[in-house]
Amino acid sequence: MNEYNFAYLDEQTKRMIRRAILKGLAVPGYQVPFASREMPMPYGWGTGGVQVSAATLTPDDTFKVIDQGADDTTNAVSIRKFFENTAGVETTEETEKATVIQTRHRIPEAKLTGDQIIVYQVPIPEPLRFLEPRETETRKMHSLEEYGLMHVKLYEDISQHGAISTSYAYPVKVSERYVMDPSPIPKFDNPKLEMDAIQLFGAGREQRIYAVPPHTKVVSLDFEDYPFEATKADHPCDLCGAEDSYLDEVIMDDAGNRMFVCSDTDFCRSRRAQGHEGRLSKEGAV
Amino acid sequence: MTPLLQVKGIQKLYGARIGCTGVSFDLYPGEVMGIVGESGSGKSTLLNCLAGHLVPDGGQVIFDTRSDGPVDTVTMSEPERRMLGRTDWAFVHQHARDGLRMSVSAGGNIGERLMAVGDRHYGQIRDRAIDWLGRVEIDDARVDDRPTAFSGGMQQRLQIARNLVTGPRLVFMDEPTGGLDVSVQARLLDLLRGLVREMGLSAIIVTHDLAVVRLLADRLMVMKDGHVVEAGLTDQVLDDPQHAYTQLLVSSVLQV
Amino acid sequence: MIELKDVSKSFTLHNQGGAVIPVMTGASLQVAPGECVALTGASGAGKSTLMRVIYGNYLAASGQVLVGGLDVAQAEPREILALRRETLGYVSQFLRVVPRVPTLDVVAEPLLAIGCDRQVAMDKAAGLLARLNIPERLWSLSPTTFSGGEQQRVNIARGFAHDYPAMLLDEPTASLDAQNRETVLSLIEEAKARGAAIVGIFHDVGARDQVCDREINVSDFTPGVAA
Repeated sequence: MNEYNFAYLDEQTKRMIRRAILKGLAVPGYQVPFASREMPMPYGWGTGGVQVSAATLTPDDTFKVIDQGADDTTNAVSIRKFFENTAGVETTEETEKATVIQTRHRIPEAKLTGDQIIVYQVPIPEPLRFLEPRETETRKMHSLEEYGLMHVKLYEDISQHGAISTSYAYPVKVSERYVMDPSPIPKFDNPKLEMDAIQLFGAGREQRIYAVPPHTKVVSLDFEDYPFEATKADHPCDLCGAEDSYLDEVIMDDAGNRMFVCSDTDFCRSRRAQGHEGRLSKEGAV
Repeated sequence: MTPLLQVKGIQKLYGARIGCTGVSFDLYPGEVMGIVGESGSGKSTLLNCLAGHLVPDGGQVIFDTRSDGPVDTVTMSEPERRMLGRTDWAFVHQHARDGLRMSVSAGGNIGERLMAVGDRHYGQIRDRAIDWLGRVEIDDARVDDRPTAFSGGMQQRLQIARNLVTGPRLVFMDEPTGGLDVSVQARLLDLLRGLVREMGLSAIIVTHDLAVVRLLADRLMVMKDGHVVEAGLTDQVLDDPQHAYTQLLVSSVLQV
Repeated sequence: MIELKDVSKSFTLHNQGGAVIPVMTGASLQVAPGECVALTGASGAGKSTLMRVIYGNYLAASGQVLVGGLDVAQAEPREILALRRETLGYVSQFLRVVPRVPTLDVVAEPLLAIGCDRQVAMDKAAGLLARLNIPERLWSLSPTTFSGGEQQRVNIARGFAHDYPAMLLDEPTASLDAQNRETVLSLIEEAKARGAAIVGIFHDVGARDQVCDREINVSDFTPGVAA
C-alpha cells in the first residue's frame, strides 16, 4: 500500500482531474478534455472510469464496481482489487452501502441517493462521431447546438429497422443543452439518468470527462411518431421473479432452453434473500 | 425592391496574391447570376466568401434576412450564419460527395436539413424526402439506399434535393455540372432550370462552362485574375463581349 | 413606343490587334403603337444588328434606345429582363429551347413568366398552336425533334402568346406555306390592331407590303466607306 500514492495517481494529476470534473458538473453534458494518464490496464478496460474514481475517492469511501450489472466479472473484480490495493478503501457489492460506484454499461436497479457518486466507463464520448468523424466539426456542432444530425441517426434506424433500434448508448439531451452519450448503458436505464446521485463519465483513451449533476433534466431523443421506449425482455427474472429489472438472457443447453436473470446481481441476490422466487429458483441452477 | 444580396467591395488575399478583389453587385429575388472565368480566376474564392465558407479580408455581403431585413453576413455571429446555411441558403458542391453524407440513406440525406431546423415527425420527414426524390427524378424505391449506390448524376440530383428541401431563397452552386457526362449534364441543367423557375430561387452559379450559364443565368460576371472584367445580361455578354478576355473566352468555345 | 436616338454600334476585336469595326452610326427611328415598320437594306447592311441593339442583345456604343420609356443602352440587366418579359417580344428565326419541355409548355411559358393563370395560359397556347396547324398529338412532345417548319411555327406561337406592347420580328414568314403565312400575317395585323409597335425584317415583299406601314433602309445608318 505504501508503495503507491493514495488511489495510485499522484496528487497533481488528481487535482487536474477534479478540475475537469467540476467543470463538467458546472456545464452538464459538456465534454471536458483532460490529460488522461497511462494506467496499469489496457484502454477499453475502464481507464477513464478508474481515473475519475481515483480522483473522487477519499479514504472514508466505500467502493463498488459493476460490469454489465455484475460485481463478479473479471473486469469488476480487478478494478475493485486495484483500489483495495492502492487506496485501501472499503469495497462492497451492495449498492446501498457504496458511496462511489464505478460501472460499465449499467445503472443499478436500486435507486441511488444524494450521498452517492456513480462513475461510468465510456468508450466513445462523442455521440455525433459515427455520422461526423471530424472532431473540429462535432465540437462546433455542440457549441452551436446543431443537433439535427443526431436525429438523422435515429431516422436511419427507423428507415432500416422499422423502429429505433439503437438499444444502448442511446443519445440524450442534458439540461436542454448538450447532447450526450450516456455510455453504452441499455436504453432501459435512460430514464434513471435523472437521479439524486452525482453522475461522472470518464473516457480514458479519448481523454474526455463529462458529468450530470443531481436532479438534472435528461431527455432521450426521439420522434413524435416514434417516441422513446425504455425496453427490456418481456419476462420476469427466473431467479427472483422481478418484473421490472433489466434482464440478461442465458442459454442453458444445446436444446435451446434459456433463462432470463437480472443483470444487476446484487439486486437479484437481495431479492432472493428477501424470499422472492422465480421460475427456476427451486432448481438451484445458479 | 430590396436586393436579396448586396455584395460590396469583397476582397480576399492569399498573402500577396489576390484571390479576388473589388467585387460588388446586387442580386435581386429570382435572379440567377453566373460567374465565369478560367481556373484560378478567383471565381470559387469569391463564391466561398459569399457563402461564408471563407472570411473575406474586406467588404460586405448583405443578405435580406426574413426576420431582420438586410444584415451583413460577414460580421454576423457564426451561429446565425450557419443557421442561414441550413435554411435560406443552399450550397451545391461540384463533387456530390462533398455535399452528401455518403453513409446515410438518400432519405436521411434529404431529411437532415428538416431535422436540423426542428422537424421531429418521422413520417412527415420521410414523406417530404420521397416527394423531393420525385422532384429530382429519382425513383422513390431508392429512398433507403445510400448515395454510394447511386450514379454520379443521381448523386448530384440528390445533393440538390437535400439542399432545396428547406425552401432556400439563395443557392450557391460551384460547377454543378462539372465531371458529369454531357447527356447527364443536360438533364441536370434542365432540372435546375425548372426548379429555379418554379421556386423563384435566386442563384449564383460558378462555372467555366459557357453553355451552362447561357441556359441558366440571367446575368453574367466574367472574372480574370481576381477582378471582374465584365458584367451584364448573359446573352449580351456572350453575343457582344466588350472586354478582350471575354472575347477570348467566347471565341475559345468549340462549336459543335 | 420604340425610339432610337443617334445610336451607333461598333465591334472592337481585342484579339485581332484591337481592330474597331463600326457597323452602325446615327441610327434614329420612331415606331408608334399600332405601327409596323420594316427594316430594309442589303444583306449585311445591319438589319439584324439593329434588332439586336433594340433587344439589348448587342450593347449600343452611343445614343439612346428607348423601349417603353426604358433606355436599353443604359439599363440594368434586371430592367432589361423585365422589359423582355412584359413589354418587348422577339420572334427570331430559330427556336432555342431546353430539351424535354413539351411544346404546349414552351408556348405558354411567356405567359406563365408574367404570372398568368396556368389554365388560361395553356388555353391560349393551345389556340395558337391550333391556328398554326401544329397537330395536337405533337403538343405533349418536345419541339426539338420537330421539322424546321414546325419548329418555326412553334416559335411564332410562343412569340405571340403574350400581348407584348412592342415586338421585334425576324423573318416571321420565311419558309412557311401559304396557309400558315396567312395565319402569321393575321397575327401581326391583330397585334397592330391592339396597339403593338412592331419592327420587322421581311424578305417576303408581299408580306411586307401587306402588314408594314413604312420602311426604313438601314443602309442609311451604315458608316461611310472610309471605315
